[in-house]
Amino acid sequence: MQIDCPFCGKRDQSEFTYSGDATKKRPDHNDQDPQAWFDYVYQRDNPKGAHQEYWHHTSGCRQFLVVERNTMTHKISSVQAVGDLNKGSAE
Amino acid sequence: MSGYRLTSDTGATPVSFKFNGKTYQGVQGDTLASALLANGVTLVGRSFKYHRPRGIFSAGSEEPNAAVNVVRGDELEPNTLATTLEIYNGLEAKSQNCWPSVDFDVNAINSLLSPIFVAGFYYKTFMGTSNKHWMFFEKHIRKAAGMGEASVTADSSRYEKQNVFCDVLIVGAGPAGISAALTQAATGARVVLADENAQMGGALIGSTQEIAGQDGDGWVREQLEKLKTFDNVKLLPRTTVYGYYDNNTFGAVERVSDHLTTSEAKGKIRQRHLVLKSKKVILATGALERPILFGDNDRPGVMLASAVGKYVKRYGVVPGREIVMFTNNDSIYQEIAELGARNVPIKAVVDLRDTLSDYAAAVKEKYNLRIYHNAAVVRAVGGKALKSVILNNGETLTCDVLGVSGGWTPTIHLQSQQGDKPVYDETICSFLPGMGHQDYVSIGACKGSFDLSACLSEGGLAEVRVEDEPSLNILPVFDIETTKGKKFVDLQHDVKTSDIKLAKQEGFLSVEHLKRYTTLGMANDQGKTANVNALVVMSKERQLPITEVGTTRFRPPYAPVSIGALSGGEYGEHFRPTRRTPMHEWHLDHGAEMINAGAWVRPRVYKKAGETVTDAYIREAAAVRESVGMVDVTSLGKIEVIGPDAPEFLNRVYTNAWLKLPVGKARYGVMLREDGHVFDDGTTWRLEENRFLMTTTTANAANVLTHLEFLLDVIWPELKVKVVSVTEQWAGLAIAGPNSRAVLAKALHDVDMSNEAFPFMAVQDAKLGDIPVKVARLSFSGELAYEVWCPSHYGYAMWDQLYQAGQDFNITPYGTEALGTLRIEKGHISGPELDGRTTVDDLDLGWAWGKKDFVGKPLAGRDGMVDEDRLKLVGLVSKEEKAIRPGSQIVLSNAETTLGVSQGHVTSTTYSPALGKYIALALVKNGRNKIGETVYATYPLKNESQAVEIVKPHFFDPDGSRMHV
Repeated sequence: MQIDCPFCGKRDQSEFTYSGDATKKRPDHNDQDPQAWFDYVYQRDNPKGAHQEYWHHTSGCRQFLVVERNTMTHKISSVQAVGDLNKGSAE
Repeated sequence: MSGYRLTSDTGATPVSFKFNGKTYQGVQGDTLASALLANGVTLVGRSFKYHRPRGIFSAGSEEPNAAVNVVRGDELEPNTLATTLEIYNGLEAKSQNCWPSVDFDVNAINSLLSPIFVAGFYYKTFMGTSNKHWMFFEKHIRKAAGMGEASVTADSSRYEKQNVFCDVLIVGAGPAGISAALTQAATGARVVLADENAQMGGALIGSTQEIAGQDGDGWVREQLEKLKTFDNVKLLPRTTVYGYYDNNTFGAVERVSDHLTTSEAKGKIRQRHLVLKSKKVILATGALERPILFGDNDRPGVMLASAVGKYVKRYGVVPGREIVMFTNNDSIYQEIAELGARNVPIKAVVDLRDTLSDYAAAVKEKYNLRIYHNAAVVRAVGGKALKSVILNNGETLTCDVLGVSGGWTPTIHLQSQQGDKPVYDETICSFLPGMGHQDYVSIGACKGSFDLSACLSEGGLAEVRVEDEPSLNILPVFDIETTKGKKFVDLQHDVKTSDIKLAKQEGFLSVEHLKRYTTLGMANDQGKTANVNALVVMSKERQLPITEVGTTRFRPPYAPVSIGALSGGEYGEHFRPTRRTPMHEWHLDHGAEMINAGAWVRPRVYKKAGETVTDAYIREAAAVRESVGMVDVTSLGKIEVIGPDAPEFLNRVYTNAWLKLPVGKARYGVMLREDGHVFDDGTTWRLEENRFLMTTTTANAANVLTHLEFLLDVIWPELKVKVVSVTEQWAGLAIAGPNSRAVLAKALHDVDMSNEAFPFMAVQDAKLGDIPVKVARLSFSGELAYEVWCPSHYGYAMWDQLYQAGQDFNITPYGTEALGTLRIEKGHISGPELDGRTTVDDLDLGWAWGKKDFVGKPLAGRDGMVDEDRLKLVGLVSKEEKAIRPGSQIVLSNAETTLGVSQGHVTSTTYSPALGKYIALALVKNGRNKIGETVYATYPLKNESQAVEIVKPHFFDPDGSRMHV
């Protein structure tokens, strides 16, 4: 598998580290509801098909990317820098 | 069987080799199998379970029988196929699965006992009522059934890894693959053509079939020469593409020097592991002939018909003097024509069908064949060599070779590996590649196109004219009814048709269950010649069409891959990069015994003459408490945290408060994971208003950095903070002991070392000669102590100058053992306590619990995390003046030392010179309420147990008076 890093270009998967489900939003830092935190830390869906996940370019630019990967075929349909996503949601 | 070499081929270079201790002659280009056949050797091994004599069955990587051990000096390479092993001068190989010799095998008695050695026999018989039975018998069974012998010495060969990128990867260099390569090469694409054989050309090698006005052999050589003229084509012979992975990624092994003599191979790598990534893929992997099942079909001399043809065409070796052929299809007549063209006689053809095609009739006419129609071989007769075959009409034909063709199985391993479900095809009676979901195409025989003209046209050379082609015309009969002899479906794992019947009887109906119950197809040939026939037998038993019985599926690797090739150069000390500190050479020059700490190499102890490790660390630790010592702490993780929001960031990451830390001060911090468990600890120094230097434990440096990066990048992008690893940039040492201040005061300038000017937890810049250093007054040992840091390239000089300055105080360098002793005496936690399961309170760090919100806080409050019965950090003191073994379990009474309920475990242990006692840190259930109680530290594996007293973890100087002087 290769991931097209927006900063470094297409690189082998061995340079990256899977960093979990990117659809999970961390509760507000001051949120004290244990259930919300429990959900954030432990509860994961196991979707068949398209899945958004974080990949860390550990042996490259060390940026976190949001990769949309098909869990059946491992085909990657999009790669975005987390920073760009954050900008997108702010606008 | 008495094979011989055709006289026309005697001009070749002779090669001398040894098999089972005897020297033979072959010629350059031979495989071990062809050379043995030419020498009339029929018996090459014994079978896996029954130790029946076995000979050469095929001429390629599908071989189930002729696996041998190759001897290279003290090394043994087991399970090497004689049919693919190219001989060289000095090659030494020996049979496996036999003892004391292949001719006389003691375990051959298993063959007489075979009625009891049925599928599942081992487990049913030896399992007994408990696992102990199996444990006892297993080693004897394994010895009797060994698949070759593993080498006991380390592999001295060298391997390497390579990544290969291309536009078009073509797997298989037969007529289809070569045609495709020519077509693709002309487009300018970067083409890689890989084939497992030494010689490319597949079925056309040595072929006399007419193509474009010349013989097949000449034509294919011409095409290969043409391919070599393209700069954009890379030919990879002797390269087995063994695995097809996601995104058109392939694993392959190139055998670089396996075919060379020891002296030729010297200095060369043995094999190269390739990871191929290709935009487009063309699979032209061909097809494997499948056998027909009849009685004692495993006798040496029973071979695939195409193998007989290959030995004649490729190697000029005729496997026997009297050859009988047995078929259910027409492809065999093409082999017969090739033999006929070289005046190799065929004694008779046993054909299951009642009529001949025009093609077969022409071959019959030309070579005056004796054909038995509507006939079958019911049994092969012979022991170590084939003597005759018995037909269904009762007739006996003497012969030393029986060539068998039960049709062809497309080689769809790679297609199947990437998840495409094979589809059964009635016309070829076998499986074809299913719908592909990656970007590849199958061409030629692997997609069922067995005609040469189809292979060429699918490769893009439709205009090339081919003469005289047989069609398959297969009669779907694969399993001959017989009353005598064993019918082997899987030769390598000795699985018979009767075993499949038994599996069905016992309810193992699905193919997956059948495989596991009988071990069919699970030998290292992966049942290449067995799987489809097994389905035929099962479908007959269940009276269902094959499509409803199941399909064959494959996993990588297509052929066995040596572990050496997979590891490449990454083994032993090259397994990962070794990290040495700038002071490494100094340590070695001063008697240090080094130890690996993660990737780092650190001094364990500095041994003086006659000292043991224990003597040395006790001396070192005592010296620190008495005067002064120094230790290399370069390996600590170091992260710079920079930016206006850095204090806020640290305040969220650490459990304790960080907003008010003044510049020039350090603070100890604890960080949690999001789940509330302790993650790491260390000191962080405020170097400037917006610049902090964080230290982490050696082990967690990388994980902490990633954790911080994730928080900044993903969770709090609004924080103006950057983090960067500076572990490599700083060299560091700790100088500890009552005289540490005096040493630094003597050595350093531009700094006031007095207690008032340089208080506990202060960080200041100083100079050591010309070397700029940072000095922090921190203590891990509990003594008056400082850490001194400098840019890495000054590290050796800094260490050496401070060592010289400390001579007046008898400064003692100390290693990780004494470092451990000193921190255990103080009850300071380290890696063994930070095991990912402990909480802040478990480790007695409750004072660091901040009122503000921090990472991990919400989940740290869960019921289970605050349960009073949790394991708590305590100290232990041996009541028997014996060392306490790390990992010992804590039990409440002496009676429970082998069978009891664990109350916790020992994490870190040492002898304490300060106390004169053996002590330990431990995590004990509700331990803080058990201070003063006596429990037992038990280690059943070593049959050790001793009484220990639970104490507070701060053994030495609990009020910390020594470090505040």
